[in-house]
Amino acid sequence: MEKENRYSRHVLLKEFDAHTQEKISASKVLIIGAGGLGSPASLYLASSGVGRITIADGDTVDLTNLQRQVIHNMSRIGMNKATSAKASLEAMNSEIDIRAFTHRPSLEELEELIADHDVVLDCTDNTASRYPISELCRRHKKPLVTAGAVAFDGQITVFDYRDPDSACYACLFPNHDGADEKASTKGVFAPLVGTLGCMQASEALKIIGGFGKPLTGELLMVDARSWSWWHMKYSRSEDCPCCAKEK
Amino acid sequence: MSVKVLYFASLKDKVLKGEDSLELPEDVTTVEDLINYLSENDKALKAAFEEMPRLRFAVNQEMAKESTKIKDGDEVAFFPPVTGG
Repeated sequence: MEKENRYSRHVLLKEFDAHTQEKISASKVLIIGAGGLGSPASLYLASSGVGRITIADGDTVDLTNLQRQVIHNMSRIGMNKATSAKASLEAMNSEIDIRAFTHRPSLEELEELIADHDVVLDCTDNTASRYPISELCRRHKKPLVTAGAVAFDGQITVFDYRDPDSACYACLFPNHDGADEKASTKGVFAPLVGTLGCMQASEALKIIGGFGKPLTGELLMVDARSWSWWHMKYSRSEDCPCCAKEK
Repeated sequence: MSVKVLYFASLKDKVLKGEDSLELPEDVTTVEDLINYLSENDKALKAAFEEMPRLRFAVNQEMAKESTKIKDGDEVAFFPPVTGG
């Protein structure tokens, strides 16, 4: 009964059928990164009743994080971010299984984590992490929701690796050398990264629930100075070194 | 031919503009030609193309390659990956 009350404003949506909330409750989502994207993404997935949420982050909470990483708070400074996130999520929803992965996963650990979940959210803050996450999701046919934000600019897209013809992250952005642009040097507008994290949660719920139209094969870009949105369609690249191996 | 060119994210900051409407000479027929043309005519863009190896491009809101043809009225967009979080 409590469950019905808790999720009633979702269940009222005409896009939700009788089983949609059950699908969400039975689902397992892996969130990699408990920072600016992972904070709102995990809060909305917990509030929506995702059955198991694993949040992975090896960093500790720092005062400079609190401007945008809204899952943490003053009392958590110095605490591992995944541990802090788990505490906040449990305070939000004690009916679901919330797990913290408290160190930076090795490739083997990352593969185990990905294989054990239904949907993966890339909420990391660097390019180097994005390729192995994408490649392992592709190998295990797990839908991947990826987003990024620096300064006032953001991007989000979905790779639905359940489709064997899906494009991959390297099809969209081939892996070339080049320095990352990071919040620590360029700054980041807090509500922008929050918006993108919320959108990642929305894409995960749509994929799990099978409603709406996720941003599969579509890169959405936003400039928060004017909230101007632009999107672009993409498909598998014939030249992609990852996907070409399959042939 | 005239095309609209869009610049996104950090590229926009480097070239200090979000878009251009350009009249292109007849020998510019592909994305690669356009990159070369822009590099010759705009120092900030030349530097940006050199500094940003991960830059990607789209023609009429579809991912394009260097060899993709462009025609009168097209919209060509240049954008880098945004990876902060």
